Amino acid sequence: MTSNAFGLIYTGETNPFLRDLALSRSVAAVPFGGRYRCIDFILSDLVNTGVTSVGLITQKNYHSLMDHLGAGKEWDLHRKREGLFMLPPFMTKENTGLYRGSVDAIRSCLGYVRRNPQQYVILSGSHTIFNMTFNDMIARHIETRANITMLYNEGEFAASEEQNLDLRLLMDSSERITEMELNPFSPRSAFRSCDVMIMDKLLLEYLVEEAYSHGDYDLTRDILLKKCQTLKIMGYRYDGYVARLDSVNDFFRHNLALLQPEVRNDLFNPAHPIYTKVKDEVSAKYGENAVVRNSMLADGCQIEGTVENSIVFRGVSVKKGAVVKNSILMQGVSIGENCMMDHVILDKGVVVREGRTLTGYDGFPIILKKGTTI
Amino acid sequence: MKKRIVAMLLAGGQGSRLGVLTSSMAKPAVPFGGKYRIIDFPLSNCVNSDIDTVGVLTQYRPLALNSYIGTGQHWDLDRMNGGVFLLPPYVTGVDGRWYTGTANAIYQNREFVDQYDPDYVLILSGDHIYKMDYGAMLRFHIEKGAVATIAVLPVPMEEAHRFGIMNTDENDHVISFEEKPKQPKSNKASMGIYIFNWRALKECMSLDDENPDSTNDFGSDIIPAFINGGQSVVAYPFKGYWKDVGTIQSLWEANMDIISTPPKLVLNDPQWRIYTRNPIMPPHYVGENASITQSLVTEGCRVEGKVHHSVLFSNVSIEAEAEVYDSVIFPGAVIRRGAKVYKAIVGENSVIGERSIIGGELRLGDSVDNSLTGTITLVGNDISIQPEAYLPQGTVATEDACGGRCYDK
Repeated sequence: MTSNAFGLIYTGETNPFLRDLALSRSVAAVPFGGRYRCIDFILSDLVNTGVTSVGLITQKNYHSLMDHLGAGKEWDLHRKREGLFMLPPFMTKENTGLYRGSVDAIRSCLGYVRRNPQQYVILSGSHTIFNMTFNDMIARHIETRANITMLYNEGEFAASEEQNLDLRLLMDSSERITEMELNPFSPRSAFRSCDVMIMDKLLLEYLVEEAYSHGDYDLTRDILLKKCQTLKIMGYRYDGYVARLDSVNDFFRHNLALLQPEVRNDLFNPAHPIYTKVKDEVSAKYGENAVVRNSMLADGCQIEGTVENSIVFRGVSVKKGAVVKNSILMQGVSIGENCMMDHVILDKGVVVREGRTLTGYDGFPIILKKGTTI
Repeated sequence: MKKRIVAMLLAGGQGSRLGVLTSSMAKPAVPFGGKYRIIDFPLSNCVNSDIDTVGVLTQYRPLALNSYIGTGQHWDLDRMNGGVFLLPPYVTGVDGRWYTGTANAIYQNREFVDQYDPDYVLILSGDHIYKMDYGAMLRFHIEKGAVATIAVLPVPMEEAHRFGIMNTDENDHVISFEEKPKQPKSNKASMGIYIFNWRALKECMSLDDENPDSTNDFGSDIIPAFINGGQSVVAYPFKGYWKDVGTIQSLWEANMDIISTPPKLVLNDPQWRIYTRNPIMPPHYVGENASITQSLVTEGCRVEGKVHHSVLFSNVSIEAEAEVYDSVIFPGAVIRRGAKVYKAIVGENSVIGERSIIGGELRLGDSVDNSLTGTITLVGNDISIQPEAYLPQGTVATEDACGGRCYDK
């Protein structure tokens, strides 16, 4: 089906709570689920919706994102007409090249927005993971004659300690949003924005130009929060699994949640496949003494030791006698003989030499940054 | 645009000795090694050898192969100039015919090759598993000043009578060629991989085509014609793993060869990757009570039972209390709770019913036609095996034998 909407993904979010995970990469490029990156989910959602034109606004640290996405071939977005448009920052006489916020960023790619023949824009961030298509949401947007329709789900009432882009929505009985709170100290609503909204692209152009002329630069803080009364902003509820990568704890928790069949079947619903970059790794190989329980493992792994309750990315090796529990091992990690790993997050290419022991705790997993050797 | 070398891959064979596995697809499309199909090997060898123009000659049941290869993007063979081309037989105004032999298949497609005006042409077959740098073979061909070069593999002398044997002099020049000789004089077995000077091959094929007694085959007609014509034919000695997977036994063995310790064929080689069409599937999940040893498991699998010394393809499901030993389970197959599978090949999307036993001991009174399978039990594609069924070793489970096809899992 062809969709009368195009996608615009803003990947400029920064999040200090992700610590070393987002040190050398944007949040969108944070690895997730054994062979994916955060961005794969929203990108696949758009593709599965039938969207054929996606603009991707990059800000800082976008090298690993570019490397991952390439020309968009694996998402079927390598097209003659439309496809994937990378929109990196650039300098002009009125633009310093560094965006202060989403308004600046979108303003600098209004050319892309104008050129698209589709009427609606699906505007999204990149740190929220879920598997859905937006067709029904677009239909509802049109049916309710909303100015903006925002995706939300029912989350926890309490605010977490590591609050990041926690946008709470207060709605009336028709799901019209009457008030929004950003990172509230004590939230008055359990409904959280999923970082996706639909609006007419002309409205987006207008709002961005208007905010810019007032010296405002943040879409959420400066536009949405202030316009609840003047614009008709509707909520659209999503009941599937939503993983927000707000902090290291969230990252840890949502990755391990994939070990539950309900979560796995929801995020990897076969009807809506999640696309990612293909590495042509061989199958995972289990050795003579391998013991693996309740874990998810990607291709290219070589397992000789014990792995329990863990997510193991592509090309990881776990040597004989090593024990890995409740951990996340990213691509190319190597665990030497007789190591003990518990509650650790090992970023890409971490090498743990034989006999080392690392133990984190539930609520405080140890992270080793990309390329560390211990 | 001119190319130095063009590869022609013979993928038209039915592979009748693979029985039900090739009832709906040509042999090169048969799954192999956990996530590949046989044709991935020659195609990847081409790409890794910097050969970017490949004609794939199809004839028997080409649908699976056509849709598998597509534009060739998975092998990086979707090129502006060159790439992969499927070449089925065709009719012309006057006649048109099926490919009558391997050489005839190339001869009928000489115009395809001529488009690239190559100096050399590489002839490959689609039923061998091996990693080989064709570039090294081409350099050998050029150094030797040969008109034709045949890749040969040293085989144990006592097995030489099963192969096409090249008898050579000390300079690797082929003096004579014998197909399956009773008393072999050498152990250099032809691997079915040839490099020819294109112009010379064209001439030879043209003469061969006019000969009504010829079988139009490379091994039995073209190579002997080159040797007898006094042209320089050399044997290129290959070292490494090579296996013809034309039988159930050899297909099973080759799969076991990649999980042996140490593996006889190393697939995990970053310098020589084997490319394939990857399924869009999440990583595999291993359950709380699962046990997996000495096995290959790939994306989309769910393992709750026991898997030992086996190869699981994508999207295979092994339910709790099921046990799989020494087996090869093709994509999408399901082994239901409590079933036991011993030394078997289970076809694509087949379902092994609860508590059934596949590949059990022969019991008194069992009569099994195992002429194709030996001791390996074979379950065809899309077959549903009823719960508590007992299939003694060597059985071939087909639609008729085992209670209907399954479409619904």
